[in-house]
Order: sequence, then structure tokens, then C-alpha cells
Amino acid sequence: MPVNPELQGRTFPPVSPYLVGREKVREFSRAVFATNPINLDPEAARAAGHPDVVAPPTFAVVVQEHTLQQLLSEPDAGIDFSRVVHGEQRFRFSRPIVAGDELTATLSVTGVKTLGGNSMVTAESTMVDANGAHVVTAISTLVVRGDDE
Amino acid sequence: MSTPALDKLSLGDVVAEAEYSLTRDSLVRYAGASGDFNPIHYRDDVAASVGLPGVLAHGMLTMGMAVQPVVDWAGDPACIVDYQVRFTRPVVVDPQDGALVRVSAKVGAVDAEARTARIDLTVTVHEQTVLGKAQVQVSFAA
Repeated sequence: MPVNPELQGRTFPPVSPYLVGREKVREFSRAVFATNPINLDPEAARAAGHPDVVAPPTFAVVVQEHTLQQLLSEPDAGIDFSRVVHGEQRFRFSRPIVAGDELTATLSVTGVKTLGGNSMVTAESTMVDANGAHVVTAISTLVVRGDDE
Repeated sequence: MSTPALDKLSLGDVVAEAEYSLTRDSLVRYAGASGDFNPIHYRDDVAASVGLPGVLAHGMLTMGMAVQPVVDWAGDPACIVDYQVRFTRPVVVDPQDGALVRVSAKVGAVDAEARTARIDLTVTVHEQTVLGKAQVQVSFAA
């Protein structure tokens, strides 16, 4: 089943807010080999002018994941998860994520293209803080492989 | 914290280089930290059953790791304002030998007035590039 082209332009309901915990930031930092004290030590982070430890640039993927689940489980999407390959990823920040943030993410499908039997689905998760101010947009392009010959 | 002098940067300057030794332990750790429990990242039998050459590193682990030399060069993770990659080649992580990932970060563009630089990453395993168009926008404006 091909990816439904009518997904393009679809926006999903916001997922329930994600509270960024200090220990989660540290755990994620260690997992991506981040050694900067601003990622790990609240005192170092405050000394650099941040309210708490700063998450590594790719941390937003943890929150984005919850929104992508909405897309993959959309009944009319036609996306077979076992055929999905991560093609591209981008993060655009208005400000960094810090421990204590409560992020609300909203997913929109901004592109559906078919290329040589494969489909490329571009999905943007826009994340705002508790005040509604933009923090980061995570943009994924998923390649959905077509049926085997 | 000392910030790099942007006016002294030239296109093509290597600002940071690093090597990371990925092991199966690294993959399990990243799975737990990120919540991505796709078994192709820790089970040989599942990886083989879907035709993969072996257990693969999470693309997002490679992406997350590859930016760290730039973070350390910039001095503060908050300086990274935009980061993008293409996943062009999977990173196979051998159960015994792991995988050695090399990162080289070069100046791709400088805007001295806006106090920003674009840093381009070359990320290789066994001399083969694994990420394409890996670009980091760094801002020292704040």
C-alpha cells in the first residue's frame, strides 16, 4: 500500500506535555558522548547563564518520537513501520532545551513525495514551552520503501 | 567560557576532530536514554531477519555524537541553533570490535556580522562517509 498523498498538510493534535528532567538530560548526554559540563552540571550551566543543565542538540528527538507515533498509527496513512528508514533529520532552535522545560509538540506533515517506488514523508514537530514560546522544530524525512519486486 | 574568534576563521579550517568507539553497550545505553527500542539496534537475529549486514547503530546516536566536537569547540551546547544530517550509510556495530566513528568538523561559512558560522561535519567509519550534508549552524550572538 502506498503512502497516502493526502497526508500532506495534515496537522495532528498536540501530544501531552513532556517535562524535561535533569537526570534524563544527563542520561541522554552520556548516551551521545556529551562531556560538556553545561550538559551535566547544574552549577556549570548556571555559570554560563542557563537556568539548569542544557540538553544536547538532538535531545528533541525524545519528544518528537511521541508525535511520530501519531503519524505511524494514523489509520489512513499507509505507512508500514517495518519499511520505514530514517532519511534525514534536522533541528531548528529558537532557544536550547533546558531541564525543567515543559514542551508541547505538534506534528505536521509538510511533504509526501514518491520517488522510484519509495515514498518520502517529511514531518515537522514544533515544540513550544509552557508559555507557548517556540523552542525547537524537529524535522524528519522518513523513507518508506515500496513493495519488493 | 572563551568563544572562538570568528574573524580568524577561514573556510575549510578544521575546528575539531574526534574519534568515538561505539560498542554494543553504547547502543543499549542509547536505546534506554532515547526510548528507541527497535531491536535491529541490539539483536543480531532480528537484524539478519530483515536483511541487514548486522546490528546497526541508531542513526540518531551517530547524529547526536557527531555534533559533540562542535559543542566543545563552541564552548556551550546552547550555541547550536540548527543541525541537520542525511543518513547515507548504516553503521554496523560488530559484537566484539564495535565500530570506530571519526568526525572532522570544518568551517563551511562564516557570518562575522551576525556572529554565526556553519560547520560542516565529515563522519566516517572505515573511511566511508556515513552522514551526508551534515551541517551545524553555530551562533555566538547571545
